[in-house]
Amino acid sequence: MAKKKIVSHPMDNALRMDRIPHIWCPACGIGLAVTSFASALEKMQADLNKVCVVSGIGCTGRVAGYTKVDSFHTTHGRPIAFASGVKLGNPKMKVVVFSGDGDIIAIGGNHFMHAARRNIDLTVVCVNNFIYAMTGGQVAPTTPLTAYATTSPFGNVEPPYNIPRLAEACGAVYVARWTALHVRRLTNSIIEAMNKPGFSVVEVISPCAQYYSRINRLGDGLDMMKFYHDNAVIKHNEPTENLDIDYQKQIILGKFVDRERPTYMELYEKRLSEIKSKKK
Amino acid sequence: MKADPKDVLTGSYYVDGDVASAYGAIAAGCKFVAGYPITPSTEAFEAFVRRAPLVGGITIQMEDELGSIAAILGAVWSGRKSMTITSGPGYSLMMENIGLGAMLETPFVMLNIQRSGPSTGLPTLAGQADMMQSRWGSNGDYEVIAISPDSPQEMFDYTVKAFNLAEKYRCPVMIMSDECVGHMTEKLVIPEAGEIDIEARRFYQGPKDKYLPFKPGKNLVPEMAKAGDGLKLHLTGLTHNEKGHPTFRQTNDTKRLVDKIRNNADEIIELREDGLEDADVVVVSYGITSRVAIRGIEEARASGLKVGNLRLVTVWPFPDKRIAELSKKVKAFVVPEINYGQIVYEVERCSHGNANVVLVPHGGGYVHDPKDIFRAIKYAANEDKKIEGIIEHKTELYRLIHEKGYKFY
Repeated sequence: MAKKKIVSHPMDNALRMDRIPHIWCPACGIGLAVTSFASALEKMQADLNKVCVVSGIGCTGRVAGYTKVDSFHTTHGRPIAFASGVKLGNPKMKVVVFSGDGDIIAIGGNHFMHAARRNIDLTVVCVNNFIYAMTGGQVAPTTPLTAYATTSPFGNVEPPYNIPRLAEACGAVYVARWTALHVRRLTNSIIEAMNKPGFSVVEVISPCAQYYSRINRLGDGLDMMKFYHDNAVIKHNEPTENLDIDYQKQIILGKFVDRERPTYMELYEKRLSEIKSKKK
Repeated sequence: MKADPKDVLTGSYYVDGDVASAYGAIAAGCKFVAGYPITPSTEAFEAFVRRAPLVGGITIQMEDELGSIAAILGAVWSGRKSMTITSGPGYSLMMENIGLGAMLETPFVMLNIQRSGPSTGLPTLAGQADMMQSRWGSNGDYEVIAISPDSPQEMFDYTVKAFNLAEKYRCPVMIMSDECVGHMTEKLVIPEAGEIDIEARRFYQGPKDKYLPFKPGKNLVPEMAKAGDGLKLHLTGLTHNEKGHPTFRQTNDTKRLVDKIRNNADEIIELREDGLEDADVVVVSYGITSRVAIRGIEEARASGLKVGNLRLVTVWPFPDKRIAELSKKVKAFVVPEINYGQIVYEVERCSHGNANVVLVPHGGGYVHDPKDIFRAIKYAANEDKKIEGIIEHKTELYRLIHEKGYKFY
């Protein structure tokens, strides 16, 4: 039987096929996160002309280069601030910040906190691989205690951030966590987050076979997926204080926060129209 | 194109330079400001946030300067004219994304009301020591345009011009003012909208799938686009090709970042010249110092010296050609500036050893005593030897402290 030439793929619309193959390592979970994002766009029948992806620097920072929507690959730590500018500049856009844990929680932590406090209508997809992978495996603010990294050669001594708890405390209206194995649930969460007005955060635990797993001798990508399969527990509405991630222990997944708060633009426009009507 | 009458607060005002600049930005069609409060620039930020929302502008006070400049870049790419306002240490924090702005060829304006440094320095007092930082403060090669106004009226006029230059050349444009001009209250006349020229953003009009974000157009400057128009833009701070996709070697697009400014320098540069025809000594100055220098120049002229006045309205790109031309005719340049020597190095470079170059330094906090400028002119006019390098002409204050042992607390 002659081989059939593949002429199109359902995700062609959402991905920049002229940039494929991508730069991610074999067994990396970022591709799965992008797949979930692309299928979310397809499922929710989003107007791709009105979606914008903003990324920072790092492995996940490269996502902006592969999504076929208006996409910006910005500076390290600043995608949320940049995205705030895009969103306030044109409130009709659906703006998604797609970046890594180092970018969003370490160098960009301040922007994360304040965008959540203001409740700017952004969806943050934070791919957490527990390590700085693009630079070769340095310790991150999400690296579990005792895990090894090139800059924690005796095992990490810093307690990691619990991203959902941070997001909830700062004021995010939607917070969920999945692993790269849970693509279907992740896709649904991305849809919910994008449809939710306000600052929503979806954490994606992702295998990093090349650095995190190799340095810690956790096997290859498949072993990590197996680990997620065996150790991930879905507990919706779990109080976020219970969501700390310990080294190679149970990971709690689910949707933890889904609440209503007025967004920055809603409050801004409401106040402004009040002032304007008073002036008349 | 003329300014939108809605944006122009036509009339006579008695305001300071900061406020004048904010009114200039509104008149120029600036519809987004993100900033972080820092003395002595806060009045400009406050004036903008009070007025702009009533004419369709959006403002936000960000969590820091890093976020402020990132947000204005985002707003430019969603179609708004944008500016950020800062000073001293805040300006240092913004360096990172000046590079991104230059790399993405983003038209944006930065207002720097310079204060005295280094570090926290003298937060409420004047300085001119960010001039070199404004040129190449971010990593990598790029060129900017920097303007140095010297009065509230000019703060208005040149803020409008800054936006026009930003749109025309798609580069960062710095308004390098200082505390003295920022807090100087004078008469400001805002003309009718019909008298204010505005450079409209040149948007790409062709077929959507053919758009190349970095394809050079007029003056080497590509056409603009914005998110939400269906062009599926991709912009990256990585070195990229015409399409905006990353490459693994330097491309013409990186070269263009400097060429578009250098090749058009003659058109960009604005100078004010006075009495240069038969001058023996030329005073080169900018910003508040150019106003102080007038007094010293007048005194020198009254004592029979032939002194010319060359005021740099645009400091970057630097008027290399004009300084080189003058250096062949004059005996010396005198450069007063509120720093220990920045623009004087450019003057020395361009004078190619033809003329002496005398620096009148000032540590900041106040403006020069015009007498110091006068004495430097007198010295330069009477110095017949060619002296290599920069000649530092010490101010009287310096002499009092270091030579006569005066103590100031």
